[in-house]
Amino acid sequence: MKSEIIIAGFGGQGVLSMGKILAYSGLIEGKEVTWLPSYGPEQRGGTANVTVIISDERISSPILDSYDVAVVLNQQSLDKFESRVKPGGVLIYDSYGINRVPQRTDIAVYRVNAMETTYEMQNAKAFNMLILGALLKVRPIVAVESVVEGLKKTLPERHHNLIPMNETALQRGMELVNI
Amino acid sequence: MKPEDIIKQGECVYKKPTLLTDVNMHYCPGCSHGVVHKLIAEVIEEMGMEDKAIGVSPVGCAVFAYNYIDIDWVQAAHGRAPSVATALKRLNPDNLIFTYQGDGDLAAIGTCETIHAANRGENIAIIFINNAIYGMTGGQMAPTTLLGMKTATTPYGRRVDLNGHPLVMAPIMAQLDGTCYVTRQSVHTPVAVRKAKAAIRKAFENSMAGKGTSMVEIVSTCNSGWKLTPSQSNEWMVENMFKKYPLGDLKNE
Amino acid sequence: MESDIRLMKGNEALAHAMIRYGADGYFGYPITPQSEVLETLEAEMPWETTGMVVLQAESEVAAINMVYAGAGSGKAVCTSSSSPGMSLMQEGVSYIAAAELPALLINCMRGGPGLGTIQPSQADYFQTTKGGGHGDYRLIALAPSSVQEMCDFVALGWDLAFKYRNPAIILADGIVGQMMEKVVLPEPRRRRTQEELIKQCPWAATGKTKDRNRNVITSLELDAHAMEIINNNLQEKYKTIEDNEVCYEALNCDDCEYLLVAFGSMARICEKVMELARKQGLKVGLLRPITLWPFPSKAIGEIAKHTKGILVPELSAGQMIEDVKLAVNCSVEVRHFGRLGGVVPNPDEVLDALYNMMNK
Repeated sequence: MKSEIIIAGFGGQGVLSMGKILAYSGLIEGKEVTWLPSYGPEQRGGTANVTVIISDERISSPILDSYDVAVVLNQQSLDKFESRVKPGGVLIYDSYGINRVPQRTDIAVYRVNAMETTYEMQNAKAFNMLILGALLKVRPIVAVESVVEGLKKTLPERHHNLIPMNETALQRGMELVNI
Repeated sequence: MKPEDIIKQGECVYKKPTLLTDVNMHYCPGCSHGVVHKLIAEVIEEMGMEDKAIGVSPVGCAVFAYNYIDIDWVQAAHGRAPSVATALKRLNPDNLIFTYQGDGDLAAIGTCETIHAANRGENIAIIFINNAIYGMTGGQMAPTTLLGMKTATTPYGRRVDLNGHPLVMAPIMAQLDGTCYVTRQSVHTPVAVRKAKAAIRKAFENSMAGKGTSMVEIVSTCNSGWKLTPSQSNEWMVENMFKKYPLGDLKNE
Repeated sequence: MESDIRLMKGNEALAHAMIRYGADGYFGYPITPQSEVLETLEAEMPWETTGMVVLQAESEVAAINMVYAGAGSGKAVCTSSSSPGMSLMQEGVSYIAAAELPALLINCMRGGPGLGTIQPSQADYFQTTKGGGHGDYRLIALAPSSVQEMCDFVALGWDLAFKYRNPAIILADGIVGQMMEKVVLPEPRRRRTQEELIKQCPWAATGKTKDRNRNVITSLELDAHAMEIINNNLQEKYKTIEDNEVCYEALNCDDCEYLLVAFGSMARICEKVMELARKQGLKVGLLRPITLWPFPSKAIGEIAKHTKGILVPELSAGQMIEDVKLAVNCSVEVRHFGRLGGVVPNPDEVLDALYNMMNK
């Protein structure tokens, strides 16, 4: 089993860290993982994207033409990556700021209102975990338990008080999509 | 008749430091390098640091210092002696680490390394031979060449509009927080030699005491480069060099 | 003991591997895309645990000369940089090679020439394998293609460097530096004691004791005939390294009709190209040089005997291809595919180039 995923959006949306949490969860489950970000000035407010591959077997190229799953969090990313989802693949997008919705019919498209939900939750930092929750509902690439365990292992002790909030956001994110 | 037959025990007033090797020095007769080498060898011996001293030789006339003083040496690329000394001292804190650099090495190609090593307060001693000329490559202008001074690359004398001003390093080094001792000495008279030796000893002791960077500038002659006799060179140095590079301590903390 | 499995960037893995190797010192200057090496070392504070020295130098020039000095005193020392910084270091690299010092260098390549870009490139192949500095010298050049190899090649590089008293270089690129993967960190080794160091490196400048002659680290010899002898000795050493240390990975090379030769991150892309081609029933193999010098010429020459063509994809205008051509000696067509200046091709671009070659 191999999942080839692209996560793309604005810098500051937590794109890279979401990818990292996903990759780390895969690692906890004993899988091979690769996380390759776009790097450089893009990190500072421009578009940021990260390719995450989670696989039971050795991973060849960290650079991909097409993806099983695309998570796109702004219009530019949607425009760039919609065509690169494999037929039968998944496209998840956040509705905020999207004025041209996905057109493809040979892939499963899921709209998530995560940005809006962060306003409700009054917690902008929950954004990427809402998205991750939605992703894991659509494609259970890793178990939610692995994500939580990963947070425990990677967050410094002093930030462990944030874990319940992240768990809540994951659950809330799962509720944001209907399969 | 052997020298031992002439010199009787109890009458010995001077002897070559045992750390000075028997290799014939390549320095020109009258050059200051030989004297400074001898002082360094004496100080290391007197401090009992023969097995702890590691010298860093430069590119320039003194590149072969490692042939003359019987300690371990690392020969540095041109200007990089302070970087080499930095790493040697940080990795070998119990060793006595000093650089031996000329004016081109320290004040032209290596100014950056000199200032940064001193600014970090590396526990090293820098021996700076300032003879205002490039000896090894055949008498070209140095950063410290005086105005009006004729060299191979300033054949009509150094001019401000063409060549800029002589670079005076000691005050720059003295104002850095990392230096503990900056002094200017010379070796043209027996008194000056004794003072220079005391300065070298102090610099070496400072570095072993972890007080920061010390620089001993030796205002020197290059009679070949200056195209003067050794004694004329000394006179010229006193008259001209000492005006721009006056002797004495600039910093002693 | 349970193995220490982490998710980390290639650059971070380099830093952790250094500490665990029992390194004595690291000297570097920040430059994208490899700054995480120094950042990780500073964050880990190994001077508190192993006694390893870490220093941010004032320039790459200073850093390489610090490495020269450290290696000259027998210490296990390292520097890392990216392409423009490596160019600055070349004089020092030549000195280190000439003085036969066992240093470890790392170049996390970015697109050039000049200030160029910060995106990945492989255009420093010539600089690394043909001598970026002056004189006849060689670096043992290791090309990692995964984060695990970034980690493992630190120990391999230093071991080879000490074995041959020769600088070794890890030639990485922005992809393997910035990419995160699963990595199994090695068991920590303690740093050598000074006694062990002196025993291993009796030539080092450690302070002259009465029982030996003085040790001088230098590359200067004004007598041309003596200098020629020094050079001949170096060449003899290089021959020994060529005979003993060639390392490569061959995938599906036994039956391949077409061969891909690629290193580093490009080899990862080519592995995917090979998978895609094999799915189409095409007999494609991949040879990945792990040592770029010494180059696996013999292995490539052997495989070439049963292939119809060789494609050499590189993130450069075609540098390693020259060594591949020498290896096959015109016995088979060798073609270049490259993207320049920091652009990384998708696997399908490379696959198209392969199809083009097959269809002439």
